[in-house]
Amino acid sequence: MATAEEVAKAAERRDVRDRWLLSAPALLVIFLAATGPLLIVLVYSFLTPGAYGDVKWQFSPESWISVFMERDIFDDTLSIAGAHVTIFLRSIKLAVVTTIATLALGFPTAYFMATRSEKTRDLWLFLITIPFWTNLLIRTFAVLQIIRNEGIINTILLKLGLVSAPVQILFTDTAILIGMAYVYLPLMVLPIYASMEKLDFRLVEAGYDLYATRFKVLRKIIFPLVKPGVIAGSILVFIPALGAYVTPVVLGGGKNMMLSNLIELQFGQGRNWPLGSALSITVMIIVMVALLAYVRNAGKSGVRHG
Amino acid sequence: MASNFSIKHQPGFTAIAATCFIVLYLPIFVLVIYAFNAATSTSEWGGFSLKWFQSAWQNTQVIDATLLSFQLGAIAALLSTVFATMAALATTRTASYPGLTFKYAAINQPLMVPEIVTGVALLIFFSRIKIFTGYSGLGYLIAAHTAFCIPFAYLPIRARLENMDLTLERAAADLYATPWKTFRRITLPLLWPGILAGLMLAFVISLDDVVITEFVKSGGQDTLPTYMLGQIRRGITPEINAISTAFLLLSVVIVTLFFFISRKRD
Repeated sequence: MATAEEVAKAAERRDVRDRWLLSAPALLVIFLAATGPLLIVLVYSFLTPGAYGDVKWQFSPESWISVFMERDIFDDTLSIAGAHVTIFLRSIKLAVVTTIATLALGFPTAYFMATRSEKTRDLWLFLITIPFWTNLLIRTFAVLQIIRNEGIINTILLKLGLVSAPVQILFTDTAILIGMAYVYLPLMVLPIYASMEKLDFRLVEAGYDLYATRFKVLRKIIFPLVKPGVIAGSILVFIPALGAYVTPVVLGGGKNMMLSNLIELQFGQGRNWPLGSALSITVMIIVMVALLAYVRNAGKSGVRHG
Repeated sequence: MASNFSIKHQPGFTAIAATCFIVLYLPIFVLVIYAFNAATSTSEWGGFSLKWFQSAWQNTQVIDATLLSFQLGAIAALLSTVFATMAALATTRTASYPGLTFKYAAINQPLMVPEIVTGVALLIFFSRIKIFTGYSGLGYLIAAHTAFCIPFAYLPIRARLENMDLTLERAAADLYATPWKTFRRITLPLLWPGILAGLMLAFVISLDDVVITEFVKSGGQDTLPTYMLGQIRRGITPEINAISTAFLLLSVVIVTLFFFISRKRD
């Protein structure tokens, strides 16, 4: 006879097995069509480019060297690859500035939404959700029509006589920045709002009772309490902004390349798949470093306030 | 004096919020208005007209791309929601067990990688398979879309499950219901709003995708977004405005439905 303990153990083992079986299809699809292929990219980054795209199965560290270095075609010496470094720095800068801009605009917006009455709150949430659910390409296209030379901004400026010729915004870094801040704003507002909604305003009241100024209440009470939302929002904006493809193509006009365009080039006209792979892995490393830094930061502040 | 003091007020926040909402909607309004522009040029107003909607409707490329988008979105949403529901059942309402953290990480992995990297990875992987098997059908796009839709479908389903306790299921089991019967009669009806929300979210995410589709698609497999991107690259016509307006209308309908469903939860 099995003891009650043995029966319970067997039941638990069966439960765990069933739970693995239940999650197997999801895990399998994600492994086959998302995670697994990333490992192939890693392998490809160490191979030799084929003459017509694809690769030759021959080990070569060359593509990793050329991520940041350039080989002189005459004397074979290495120097810093200026073009690549410029694109890396521009992409990181644009992603960081986009994150800061969306935070500066999104934080007050989320606060405004969370401080409305229970009934109107849903309406504001609805208004922020519509752009969130609207196709990113369509929203980028909408920005294009506003900022181009014949667009509404320039038309108004010209009519008012503030400028004599249209201000060239389109096809500049500013255009990419405006576009990214516009399309990613809801991604910042929604998680901050989710934290803000749970905010206990009695704590804010206590702060005022203790003669804190409005700014001090914001900095010492509200901000630390909604920090998880701020961190989630920043991650949600930073990752797609760093790898942004549509915005630079539509608003940057192909001249102002970002990382994604550089990568695409290697798989198109560049016919250098290993370099494209090495660049892709580099992007992933940057994202991971940013994620780790954020998570650590969040952990630390959690201990301090916890 | 003191009664006028609002603890919720922060200087300038309302102004910034108002600016945000105006800025979010202004470009969309302009886009919609110009879809009804009679002029061929996109820079001047030539009176009200529906001709661009008509021309989009008669453009077989647009219709084909739209049909492909819907087909792909429907299949990917359905598959990812079924898989996400199973995965959510397997990862909630339990004490921690070996592999649970791994499952969370694996399911959310597509969210942690920039789309361009996934796109490139799938291009490499699928081009190998294409050479080996000679198959170049819709399967690749379906697999790719299902994979990146799973974490989105998983989100609302898991949230819903976590708010459901096991009392009713235990009661059903006590009354000799089989596990399948318990699932069909108790769990599924209670979970339904979460599943519907996941389904719609997955559908919208699939319809929205440009980057991964652009890298995975074979010749002649343009979805509406990749077709539109190609057109915008070549130069803009009010026809794109018309297509966008129709697409927008669809989004608004889906968001409204989504809100209605999540309201019913309470």
